[in-house]
Amino acid sequence: MQLSKSRPASSGQIRTAQIRTALATASCALLGASAPGALHAQGAADEQWDIDSALMIYSETDRVSAVEPVVKMHRQLDDDNEVDVTVVLDSLTGASPNGATPSADVQTFTRPSGGGEYRVAPGETPLDDTFQDTRLSLGGVWTQALDRFSRRSLGATASREYDFTSLSASATWARDFDNRNRTLSLGLGVEYDLIEPEGGIPVPFASMAPAGSAQPRQGSDDDRTVVDLLFGLTQVINRRTLMQFNYSISKSDGYLSDPFKILSVVDDAPGATLGDSVDYVYENRPDTRLKQSLYWQTKYHLEEDVIDFSYRYLWDDWEVASHTFDLRYRYMLGGGSYLEPHLRLYLQDAAEFYRYNLLASEAPPQYASADPRLGEFTGTTIGLKYSMPLDAAQRLSLRGEVYRQDGDGSPDSAIGSQQGLDLFPDLQAWMLQVGYSFRW
Amino acid sequence: MPVPDRSIRRVAVLPLGGLLLGSLAGCGSLGVQPWERDLLAKPAMQLVADPIDAGLDDHIYFSKEASSGGRGFGGGGCGCN
Repeated sequence: MQLSKSRPASSGQIRTAQIRTALATASCALLGASAPGALHAQGAADEQWDIDSALMIYSETDRVSAVEPVVKMHRQLDDDNEVDVTVVLDSLTGASPNGATPSADVQTFTRPSGGGEYRVAPGETPLDDTFQDTRLSLGGVWTQALDRFSRRSLGATASREYDFTSLSASATWARDFDNRNRTLSLGLGVEYDLIEPEGGIPVPFASMAPAGSAQPRQGSDDDRTVVDLLFGLTQVINRRTLMQFNYSISKSDGYLSDPFKILSVVDDAPGATLGDSVDYVYENRPDTRLKQSLYWQTKYHLEEDVIDFSYRYLWDDWEVASHTFDLRYRYMLGGGSYLEPHLRLYLQDAAEFYRYNLLASEAPPQYASADPRLGEFTGTTIGLKYSMPLDAAQRLSLRGEVYRQDGDGSPDSAIGSQQGLDLFPDLQAWMLQVGYSFRW
Repeated sequence: MPVPDRSIRRVAVLPLGGLLLGSLAGCGSLGVQPWERDLLAKPAMQLVADPIDAGLDDHIYFSKEASSGGRGFGGGGCGCN
């Protein structure tokens, strides 16, 4: 601005300028508030980046812990174009259930590399404690207005960790209708994953070999593709209420097993060893999965506070079905600060091939997995977030959550020595997150 | 294909059907005029009000549960354990 060269303005000029400014502000507010999913503000190019950053610490009791810094950058390039860039670093270490059931005896397992072994005490959930990995993920989205009512987003993400590489791309198209009260969107996503597990890809249902001997492997790597389609409808209900409805369908093809997961083979012959583990075999999942979901979200503005509720029903051809209820209440404290309690409830049915273990007398089924993530369980999350502005361009937030999974540790299928052992590895985890937003 | 007699499937359609019917019932008067968007314009009223939180949560639940997605496109897979 060249204030020093401007002439003194008359009162009429000042009033005209004020009106012009007010109109421009109002226009920007309206455009910025156009339909959800719309561009932030179809205003002039922004010389600065809006940067959100966070550091998350995640820890499971006796298992995995992770440290995850995230940086997300947003910039308005001009009236019609904006970009988002996201960088995530994920450092993970700890133990993960290997799928075997607890036993009344000490159990010995071969590490995935085949070069060592680990022992699990009687009654303890078998955990493979060798996991240590660092993941770097880099993603970008370019959103472009096509005309006054429609826009498209093109995105790509690449992530790499020691034994896993993932490349994905997405395209989303959205159009506003009905005075920008309704938005229809259509998205297509494709993903390619390359899995190169330590020790190679296990032969399905082959027995785990003792450490130091030849391991049953069928190659050093495998891959899969995932194609996602998403149909969305966003509807402004009234001045205080906004709703989103999504239907999505996802098709996965390729290697969908977990190379580190095994199943216990349990002695089912009547006698003293009934229920004891006699063998460990590698799991096998179908090589396709068709997943569908319905998603509904409502945002409701009270006098000052905001309620955010969502529900998702998901089902697939593995017979997994789940309900997810998510509720956040943003309690405004004044001055831009808020407290936000969070509740999440997740109910999952088991995949049809989920098994606590196999029986020695049975022929191996076509598919089987003892991965607890495919079992029947309830997941519960309770969290609280506090966020406060530091000044007009900076904001600080702190978030803490606890998460637990509860499954049936005493199923009817438990026999002999299994009875009295906890056969479902319940999970308890907590996370802490510090966030800092600023302009740069 | 017969629907499995499982609790989750039995109750699946109830909340969803109810909300769709409830929403459609008021179709005639849905929406606002451009000058009534003051509350909808607030950052807190954006569908994904905290993209970082959403991304981190998605990553945790993707690695711990058999369900993922539904809201939008995530940030790439992982070989999560």
